[in-house]
Amino acid sequence: MLKSLRGRIIFIAVILGICGYYIYANGLKLGLDLQGGMHLVVEIDDPDGTLTDEARADAIDRAETVLRTRIDELGVEEPLIQKVGSDRIIVELAGISDENQAKDVIRRAAFLEFKLVRSWVDFAPDLPRIDRVIVATLGADSLSSLGRDVQAPTSSIEELLFGAASEEGDSAAAEEGGAEAGEDAAVDAEGEQAAQDDASEAEEDDAAVLSPFTALLNQGSEDGVYLVAEEDVEAAELFLSIPEVQRAMPRDISLQWGMDPVGLTGRIYRQLYVLNEDAFITGQMLENAVSARDQQFNTPQVQFELSRRGGRRFAEVTGQNVGEFLAIVLDGEVVSAPVIRDRIGARGQIELGGSTLQEASDLALVLRAGALPAPLRIMEERTVGPSLGQDSVDQGRIAGMIGLVLVVLIMCTYYRVAGVLSVFALGVYVVLVLGGLAMFGATLTVPGIAGLILSVGMAVDANVLIFERIREELDAGRAVRTAVEDGFGNALSAIVDANLTTLITALILFQFGTGPVRGFAVTLSIGILASFFTALYVTRSFFFMYLSRKRATDPISI
Amino acid sequence: MRLFGNARYRFIEARRKAYVFSAVVLVIALVSMVANIVLIGSWQNYGVDFTGGSLVQVRFEEAMDAAELRSALGGAQAPPITSIGSEGNEFVIRAPLAEDREVEAVALEIRGQIQGAFPNSDIEVVRTELVGPKIGAELQQKAALAILFSFALTLVYLAIRFEFRFGVAAVIATVHDSLITLGFLALFRVEIALPTVAAILTIIGYSLNDTIVVFDRVRENLNAKGGRREDPVALVNRSINETLPRTVLTSGTTLGVLMALLIFGGAVIRDFTTVLILGVLVGTYSSIFVASPALLEIQRRWGTKDLVEAQRGGPRGPVSGTPPSRRPRKKKRGRKGRRVAGARA
Repeated sequence: MLKSLRGRIIFIAVILGICGYYIYANGLKLGLDLQGGMHLVVEIDDPDGTLTDEARADAIDRAETVLRTRIDELGVEEPLIQKVGSDRIIVELAGISDENQAKDVIRRAAFLEFKLVRSWVDFAPDLPRIDRVIVATLGADSLSSLGRDVQAPTSSIEELLFGAASEEGDSAAAEEGGAEAGEDAAVDAEGEQAAQDDASEAEEDDAAVLSPFTALLNQGSEDGVYLVAEEDVEAAELFLSIPEVQRAMPRDISLQWGMDPVGLTGRIYRQLYVLNEDAFITGQMLENAVSARDQQFNTPQVQFELSRRGGRRFAEVTGQNVGEFLAIVLDGEVVSAPVIRDRIGARGQIELGGSTLQEASDLALVLRAGALPAPLRIMEERTVGPSLGQDSVDQGRIAGMIGLVLVVLIMCTYYRVAGVLSVFALGVYVVLVLGGLAMFGATLTVPGIAGLILSVGMAVDANVLIFERIREELDAGRAVRTAVEDGFGNALSAIVDANLTTLITALILFQFGTGPVRGFAVTLSIGILASFFTALYVTRSFFFMYLSRKRATDPISI
Repeated sequence: MRLFGNARYRFIEARRKAYVFSAVVLVIALVSMVANIVLIGSWQNYGVDFTGGSLVQVRFEEAMDAAELRSALGGAQAPPITSIGSEGNEFVIRAPLAEDREVEAVALEIRGQIQGAFPNSDIEVVRTELVGPKIGAELQQKAALAILFSFALTLVYLAIRFEFRFGVAAVIATVHDSLITLGFLALFRVEIALPTVAAILTIIGYSLNDTIVVFDRVRENLNAKGGRREDPVALVNRSINETLPRTVLTSGTTLGVLMALLIFGGAVIRDFTTVLILGVLVGTYSSIFVASPALLEIQRRWGTKDLVEAQRGGPRGPVSGTPPSRRPRKKKRGRKGRRVAGARA
């Protein structure tokens, strides 16, 4: 027995050494709820369900790669980017300081396009048709509920569409008049902007009768750019989102909003650009992008460099369109639309007037990392500030300490020397659990700490079961050594069954849980395995050690 | 030191009182759930984890009046605000998911409103959670599945390790415990978050743990010499009494640890710990007063059927309720030989 005892002690020492090494080398990974950070679940945004399953799976694969590149560039330590299922990505960023920045970087599709700005003249002839379609689709009732001053139409939708009713002719005339008035004002001078506004406002009441969309559009000083008052933007977006309206749009033209609102004569407008439908260059031809400050105006900008093919194409198109405007479209919004002064080669820049340098460098980052195949939607977001995390660690530590002291006190008073032995075994247990957590790289979360403390209770239970059995055997008048042997033997089945059922629960939790609950399941599982080993091997070895110093007839303290 | 050393309590004889007690508690539990359906539209107070929505936890530099905060956030229309922690400077604001609104916009709005209302005080947003409705629905489903699976698997496990009736009795006790816990959650409208589900599952594990220790002793006594001839009531009573010191000590220790967690563990896990404490109490009670009587009732009611099956050599060979003389005892003792030998006094 002595020889096997030495073997046992060595084995325990080796295991403790291994655990100690892992704790020292890997450290304990704290969950986001303990060290602060952000947990995001994103999904491909596909509200209409137009993507096929394969397309979605492909998109999520590519999105994962893009996100990885972006987050690497963001400089977050040990980020977790994980694909779950076929359409989701989990992103965990520990200890980030600005969650909104991170979110923008993750979510921005960064789909960059260069498009030529068209003239009003190319689009104006289609406006009456678009208006008619809007009225026909929405009906006068919903239009008036939008705050539009639409008179109840006396004509049917068919009449409206086929131009049979007289009102239609009138309103078309009125609307044309409005457009002309606007054009005149624009042609005159920029200083007469106010006059133009007044003119279009004067026309608004008439024009709104049956041209709800045209009534919202004001022509500014730049050809191809409509101005829509800020309060009308919502209505205009609604009109444009109607599928019938999208079908009624001219085939080679797309309308796209400007990114930032502009202020003119005391009112705030959003720009609505008339653009070529097709982009002649997209972000895929981008080679590099860096943020910089404009030398002249000190405003932030993103300087980019195109690939050779992209550069050739860029030079060709800009060469043919000197004097035209070039719209730089990011994720469907026009960032800027500078005039083409000359043929441009492979380099260019995007001016970001109203942004900070930080935003410019974020934009450069996402442009470098490439565009997402589809926009992403945030399904779940959890952020924990670092201070709350620190509080949780402190509180968990205090609660754990007090809990442990309590257990030690109870065990030592109730079982005397045997209790002390079990306390040592409990010490081994704690090292084992921490080592196990470090070894598997499991993260410690708040529920995880609770699971840990709970499993201490379970570890004690195993010892209690054994000691009670030993006491029973001693009561039955058995010799000390036999009593100890049988005590361990008899308690075995209860310990095995109790621990295994709890392990089953823990595994189910792991299977179905997410985030913090998973952390709980992992710590609980490791705790159960460790308590198994401690109770049946470590406590037993300590008992042998204790017995080996006694004669067989000596009573034991239990 | 020794507690309940040679206890001879007649637990089984007191089972009718226990039945009444359990029934009353279960009725209260069910009534709370139904009342919740009527009053708040859902049988439990699901948190944003399950309904979708946003949660913002803010910390002020100094103590802040909850009413003041509420009026800053829109008075009567304000989202639910809970003060947490003991210093009165931390609040959790929950905004359930309004229709047609981006969750993110809601969270942003709350932040904006607070910062707008108290421009001078130092506010720190220490935690935000934002769960889309789709995720919330999935989590509800997963939680239900997790609980059902754990019932099924433990039933199978116990049927293999013990006998089928032990498994059934243990599951009855566990369902009893889960219902009481859920009733408690419903009664006090404790918010159901993800950790709460973890707590419920832990309770299931703990309750089983307790029941198994008692059943293990019943199994052992049953398989000991003359065990099958002993009066079942007396045998179960003896088993409970023999394991009583362990039951009390373990429950006591676990409760002590949980109390430490409750008092010092911080506000985030307070609900979690409360549920666990309740679960330990109920689990200990049910292992003695629900699981053990259930075992006897099952045998009394379906014992003869088992006998018929045993005679036919049915699949449930070693199911008990069978008179000892007709059992293939040798085989049985062979399987558990070591334990039986150890228990021979």
